[in-house]
Amino acid sequence: MSVQTIRNVFSVETGYRLSDDQIVNHFPNHYELTRKDLMVKNIKRYRKELEKEGSPLAEKDESGKYLYLDFVPITYMLPADYNLFVEEFRKSPSSTWIMKPCGKAQGKGIFLINKLSQIKKWSRDSKTSSFMTQSTKEAYVISLYINNPLLIGGRKFDLRLYVLVSTYRPLRCYMYKLGFCRFCTVKYTPSTSELDNMFVHLTNVAIQKHGEDYNHIHGGKWAVNNLRLYLESTRGREVTGKLFDEIHWVIVQSLKAVAPVMNNDKHCFECYGYDIIIDDKLKPWLIEVNASPSLTSSTANDRILKYNLINDTLNIAVPNGEIPDCKWNKSPPKEVLGNYEILYDEELAQGDGADRELRSRPGQSLGPRGGRSRDSGRTVLTTWK
Amino acid sequence: MLQEESDLALIIAQIVQKLKGSNLYAQLERQAWASLQRPEIKLESLKEDIKEFFKISGWEKKLQNAVYSELSVFPLPSHPAAPPEHLKEPLVYMRKAQVLINLRNPNYENGDSHSFRTHLGLIQVPLKVKDIPELKEFFVELGLTAGQLGVDDSTQVPPELFENEHVRIGQKVLSEQDSAAAQQYIRQGSPTALRAELWALILNISSQPEDILYYEQLKTNVIQHDLLVDSLIYKDVKLTASNDDYYFVFEDYLYQVLLCFSRDTSVLGHFAYSSASPPKSYIRGKLGLEEYAVFYPPNGVIPFHGFSMYVAPLCFLYHEPSKLYQIFREMYVRFFFRLHSISSHPSGIVSLCLLFETLLQTYLPQLFYHLREIGAQPLRISFKWMVRAFSGYLATDQLLLLWDRILGYNSLEILAVLAAAVFAFRAVNLMEVTSLAAAEAVLADLSTLKVMPLLQIFLFATVT
Repeated sequence: MSVQTIRNVFSVETGYRLSDDQIVNHFPNHYELTRKDLMVKNIKRYRKELEKEGSPLAEKDESGKYLYLDFVPITYMLPADYNLFVEEFRKSPSSTWIMKPCGKAQGKGIFLINKLSQIKKWSRDSKTSSFMTQSTKEAYVISLYINNPLLIGGRKFDLRLYVLVSTYRPLRCYMYKLGFCRFCTVKYTPSTSELDNMFVHLTNVAIQKHGEDYNHIHGGKWAVNNLRLYLESTRGREVTGKLFDEIHWVIVQSLKAVAPVMNNDKHCFECYGYDIIIDDKLKPWLIEVNASPSLTSSTANDRILKYNLINDTLNIAVPNGEIPDCKWNKSPPKEVLGNYEILYDEELAQGDGADRELRSRPGQSLGPRGGRSRDSGRTVLTTWK
Repeated sequence: MLQEESDLALIIAQIVQKLKGSNLYAQLERQAWASLQRPEIKLESLKEDIKEFFKISGWEKKLQNAVYSELSVFPLPSHPAAPPEHLKEPLVYMRKAQVLINLRNPNYENGDSHSFRTHLGLIQVPLKVKDIPELKEFFVELGLTAGQLGVDDSTQVPPELFENEHVRIGQKVLSEQDSAAAQQYIRQGSPTALRAELWALILNISSQPEDILYYEQLKTNVIQHDLLVDSLIYKDVKLTASNDDYYFVFEDYLYQVLLCFSRDTSVLGHFAYSSASPPKSYIRGKLGLEEYAVFYPPNGVIPFHGFSMYVAPLCFLYHEPSKLYQIFREMYVRFFFRLHSISSHPSGIVSLCLLFETLLQTYLPQLFYHLREIGAQPLRISFKWMVRAFSGYLATDQLLLLWDRILGYNSLEILAVLAAAVFAFRAVNLMEVTSLAAAEAVLADLSTLKVMPLLQIFLFATVT
């Protein structure tokens, strides 16, 4: 079902009710996570809540930055937060910022700025009261641009990871092992003269495929396993393990942030497309979450990957190929996971975390975050509670 | 006894000669002079004290590594009066084979086949190749009782069984900086994180300022002059690596390495022990006059289709261009050149082909005969794998495990064994095909193969 249909299915007006044997592939208010402005809002709220209750997760360092929860670049809503943004902008006037329309996808409408004058249009509206409802067409978010991305072969890339959520309360999510990196066709340069060149900065395939050097055989897509091999070989096992642990951490935290506000309808599951950028200090940044990740393929390998993705997703959401019953406990047996592995299972983590033996592979971080769990063989339990 | 002693003396003399001209010698000299300042060096026992100092400070290790490196590369000692051609290639008909179409030993009569079994394959040259018992002995560390990376590090096996200990030993080897130990260690595979350093240690590559400077000089040459072979390199990269799912990311690095490689005259040194000779070109108007001959390209190696695939896997290990370059150059002058020059060397491509065919014919005769009958000589399919050392055919992590063993055993024979093992693995499907095209299709995709289990099954678990 597409997001438009979901809106209709769950809207109050139509009065449509799903029966017990109907399962749909979106949560009713998925936009809490998948709209750029709402995602940031929810994460900010989540952080403040943790801070209020004194959780060690919300610990900050000397400069006031969150130690464990700083994974979204500084973001403001426009035009609502315009004045706040200007204040931040003036602190480091040589920085670059990226403007993204809230409701669009595939890189549409995105542009980079490095001067206040370039976004004058949104400043005029800031004088109006913030209670006025903004039409979604004009709402933008502006984030600090990560101008030091990790480059491989001189090119910028981002990660596309697929995460399946079967329920939010208790949180149960799975990570697809076969994510990929999307490379730009043009070498990266932070130079201001190339700020307008979308081929340098935006990794969306929808944009890159119009570039001169676009290759139809691999489509600029590089398996995440290759990234892992490359980083382990050139940077060592510990830092690579730490990077991937952090990526998993970021994803789980983002899901936890929206879990309280998410309508945990038992008819629903959802497969998200997570976009993550790694900077040159090997820190992952969450850029956005997509509710309808592209399931079309640009290359032959891609087609196989997406086919398997859909297959594995449906095997977990609707087990055994039987007529589904939405009342089932949503705990699929290990064999059907396919290329998915358990990212976080709240029930398991809270149940017997104390008694289970912790066997970790080198490079996995312990301490307040614990390790992540695998589905078979070596089991490492997440100890986040 | 006397012969061995004089052989040894000859080797020592040759190595000393070689090292005297090297950078290491100059460094050792400088270190020796500097050490005179140290309090523990006394005039009475000068020689012993300096030797002791070298031992403690790690310079002796460096010297050992350099000697070991030379030994790995150097051909066997020969009669001092032997002309240089004999060093390159002892068999006369092989030397002539550089220009011949047919490869046949004129002294060998085809009718007399008691000692040489009727050979059904394409290679009809009686070179000595190992059989499985000999291979088992040669590759003893790959046996079923020893732990292996590529087998015993899968998720089903707990790391305490082998992997953790192996990593620990690897780190120790690296801290000792011992080339010979590293080579022995890597026969059981290298942990991903240690591989880059281990290969550098085995190949005796250390990034000295002089090396970086040399590389920068080559880069300047690239900018200043164009060579015709540059076009060959561009075409090759665009046709092979740029379309490869694993390596397309490193396109720029490939250009950087290969364009410099073509201009590197130090590569000419390897022709002393290679059976090939660098092509010569003559200054205009002076054709035939030796004084006006130059080697073209400057490094004497003309790149061919697929050449860039020798470099591509190395990009996963080294992201610094000068180090990447040095490693590639050393890999080329030690191993890769043998894959495209005709020689009788056991690691040469001719021997590898013969080894492959012999293994297949001896241990899978039904398969071999069947394929031959349908016009699909096995070598026609496996040749391209061996020439490229399987680069571009295997998944990168598997390829690196394979190349670990090439370095560990200082031999390319494992390529032929793997090729035979692949055929053995897919034998059931191959028995059912009825054309060369179908056979090619069965063997088209090797990207899911796990190299080490295949080798182990073929060498140690097949009933012979």
